[in-house]
Amino acid sequence: MPQINQLAENWYFASQLFWLALIFGAVFVVIGLGMYPKIEATVDARDRKVADDLAAAKAAHAAADTIEDQYRQQSDAARAAAQAAVQSAKDKAARDAEKRLAKVDAELAGKMAAAEADVAAARSSAMAEIESVAAEAAGDLVAKLSGVKVAAADAKQAVKAVLHG
Amino acid sequence: MSAEAGKFDPMHQFTVEPVAKLFAVGGREVWLTTSALWMAAAAILLWLFMLGGMKRQLVPGRWQAAVEGFTGFISSMMSTNIGPEGRRYTPYVFSLFMFILFCNLLGLMPFAIGGMHPLTVTSHFTITGVLAILSFAIVLIVGFWRHGLHFFSLFVPHGTPWPMIPFIAPIEFVSFMVRPFSLGLRLFVAMTAGHVLLEVFANFIIQSSGAGAAIGLPVSIASLALMIGISALELLVAGIQAYVFALLTSLYINDAVNLH
Repeated sequence: MPQINQLAENWYFASQLFWLALIFGAVFVVIGLGMYPKIEATVDARDRKVADDLAAAKAAHAAADTIEDQYRQQSDAARAAAQAAVQSAKDKAARDAEKRLAKVDAELAGKMAAAEADVAAARSSAMAEIESVAAEAAGDLVAKLSGVKVAAADAKQAVKAVLHG
Repeated sequence: MSAEAGKFDPMHQFTVEPVAKLFAVGGREVWLTTSALWMAAAAILLWLFMLGGMKRQLVPGRWQAAVEGFTGFISSMMSTNIGPEGRRYTPYVFSLFMFILFCNLLGLMPFAIGGMHPLTVTSHFTITGVLAILSFAIVLIVGFWRHGLHFFSLFVPHGTPWPMIPFIAPIEFVSFMVRPFSLGLRLFVAMTAGHVLLEVFANFIIQSSGAGAAIGLPVSIASLALMIGISALELLVAGIQAYVFALLTSLYINDAVNLH
């Protein structure tokens, strides 16, 4: 077995030990201490990144949920406010219209009353005119038919009696 | 190699050939050897493999994912066996695992570097033994540094009845002291046995080819079929032995860190 036989050789064990120490030492320093921690750090960084991203996604999901809730509440409130505004505008418009209508009604009624008064005045003046003209005509008729002169006042009274029944 | 002098020697493959004398320390000569070359080749291959994992991308490519698979394998083994404190020892165990794995696998490859015959570095107990003693030394240093003389309570398992302690403690002590030997010998024996087996079956094909087609063909075909199976098995053993070495090292470090 060379592994045992060669132990007798002067150079065998010293060389094995020397080269193992040198090469395994280099492997330990360069790979174990130099490269391994960097690879490990990369893996750790990736694990952390994945965990962070998952947490961030979860947080974003929750934030989106609250925003949606807020949006829904806001839109509900806005809808209610809009409805209220429309209602109040409608009410106001109705009240305004009523007020204007009442005003116009009052104006129209005033105008109507004035017009009626005018008509009544015109009528009475016309009536008076008709009375005087009719009394004159009646006096003339009586004078022409009977030659009797009727006093204007009498004629007026007789006409008034006929006209007013 | 084995054909020289017409004699078959399945052990010859484990011979370390000296290549060039470098220097001498205290009467001991240090040579550049085939063993050193194969260790260096394994280290360089390992370095190249790791280099592919250094892109440090957020979304890893295939190579980076492979390297991260190895680092994740060792770091999860360490945190399972030792706990969060195990991270401190992961660089050592990772270097150990990868170096042994690459040496094992490279030793199985049927090619040579520049005329140097293939050699499995880990089939030498001088190599595995030194690595085992290194792991054992780390256990002792960490154990005594963290727990002082309290580390000796390792030899009294928790809940042992008082009268049993004089019997249990020596047994525990012996089993503790045997650890570096079992650690080093296990890898050396597994590698040696596998390679001897492969060489023996390969030799069957060569030997039987001289005995004519009637005997040679069936023996060769059967041997080849077995060799294919054993090669696959040896690939598995190469990985498992590297894993066992790293696993046991992590369990021993756990004893030193946490007692029990």
